[in-house]
Amino acid sequence: MSAIYILWLRELKRYTRSRVQIVASMGQPLLYLFVLGFGLGPVFQRAGNGDYRQFVSPGVIGMVVLFSSIFSGLGLLFDRQFGFLKETLVAPVSRLQIMAGRTLGGATVAVLQGLLVSLVCVIAGFRPVHPAAVPLALVFMMLIAVVFSALGVAIGSSLQDMQGFQLIMNFMVMPLFFLSGALFPLNGLPKVLELATSIDPLSYGIDGMRAVLLGITHFGAFTDAVVLVAVGAVLLVIGAYRFSKIEI
Amino acid sequence: MIQVRNLVKTFGTFTAVNDVSFDVAEGEIFAFLGPNGAGKTTTIKMLTTLLRPTSGAIELDGLDPQTKQNEARKRFGIVFQDPSLDGELSAAENMEIHGVLYHVPRKLRRQRSEELLKLFELWDRRAEQVKKFSGGMKRRLEIARGFLHTPKILFLDEPTLGLDPQSRNQLWTHVKKVNEAERVTVFLTTHYMDEADRVAHRIGVIDHGKLVAQGTPKAIKEQTGKESLEEAFLALTGSTIRDESAGSADQMRQFARMWSGGRR
Repeated sequence: MSAIYILWLRELKRYTRSRVQIVASMGQPLLYLFVLGFGLGPVFQRAGNGDYRQFVSPGVIGMVVLFSSIFSGLGLLFDRQFGFLKETLVAPVSRLQIMAGRTLGGATVAVLQGLLVSLVCVIAGFRPVHPAAVPLALVFMMLIAVVFSALGVAIGSSLQDMQGFQLIMNFMVMPLFFLSGALFPLNGLPKVLELATSIDPLSYGIDGMRAVLLGITHFGAFTDAVVLVAVGAVLLVIGAYRFSKIEI
Repeated sequence: MIQVRNLVKTFGTFTAVNDVSFDVAEGEIFAFLGPNGAGKTTTIKMLTTLLRPTSGAIELDGLDPQTKQNEARKRFGIVFQDPSLDGELSAAENMEIHGVLYHVPRKLRRQRSEELLKLFELWDRRAEQVKKFSGGMKRRLEIARGFLHTPKILFLDEPTLGLDPQSRNQLWTHVKKVNEAERVTVFLTTHYMDEADRVAHRIGVIDHGKLVAQGTPKAIKEQTGKESLEEAFLALTGSTIRDESAGSADQMRQFARMWSGGRR
């Protein structure tokens, strides 16, 4: 347990020390929030879907949690290259514990980032319809964070160096984001797109947050939670397995 | 304490370690010498559960590091050839993580950490981020960290690389001390033949993945009919210079250096 704790703490310390990174990682979501929020707002309103800023805020929060958790998982690559990974791999601690410490640490950092951007959303005018449900939204944030931290670790364990990074970014992280309904409602989509959105785990995370914060939902909050827990469990097992197979 | 039988490791068509067998007795200091790319580090990686051998058998204190990974890991400590510190954390924090991972009790951890940081003259800078350290300081910290817990077997992979004579002296004095006082078995590699001659009880020379000689420093000198270990080493391994291919790790470090503006 102490090993999990110390590795979790390490992720947190690294996060709080990289202020530049904290600011940098806010850039993209803020663009989406403000540019799309104000730019698409009138069209969205005229289409009868209400306030776009209200709608897109949970999407932007979900996006930050997605990026942050996947990157912390891929941080494994940096650890591999700077050598710290070796230090943990030869320690008399099971790899499962090491993986757990990393994943929980990465997930915690992602949730902190999510909270930070939530704050910005509120400042920008986001008002939850059900303020009492904010803790529930936090649960969804955590679920998203665990799912994608585990995915990040699984991928990070399978890559040797950063060459695959752009590939992951363009063919996985961005599609996960764009297909999640973060930016548009999932109702009435063409069949192919509907299928794609329904196999994207992030769709359920963002839908869950919208369900509890705004009372609008596509899948239903319960389904959202069940899917996220199931996918999270599967990815944790895969991540742990891939991690246990790392050779240096 | 260490038993290696017919150890082989191949990467694709390249054979890094080719049918190597040796024994290291309890309490012995064994130096594993060889030119660049001879297979020293690959052997250490297999001994320390970081790589799975292609074939052959290894026993550490009677345990197979492949099947009893955790038990085996409890038996040894290692100072790696290349860096393995977390640059974002301070020296003290790096020590602390190591202590926790190796189950050193809190009080002992703090106490030993202080002793070792003082011994390797890092105590005054313990709260500083490691990325701000010079190469020599990082190296000293790695070594100090390696001594934080008391393993049965200590692996030192080119520990003196980039160290000044003072630190080298400090290191070998400490190695001898733990070897004598706590009967720690030491398995080391180095390119400095005089160090091996001075410290090691026995020596193994590896070249092109094969063990070409094994014995006490004296026996190896006699076997080759040379005055010094350096000459004996050159007689055994020839004088051509070896290339070591830059691994992905090195490429990556270059990449990272590019992005961090040469800070690392």
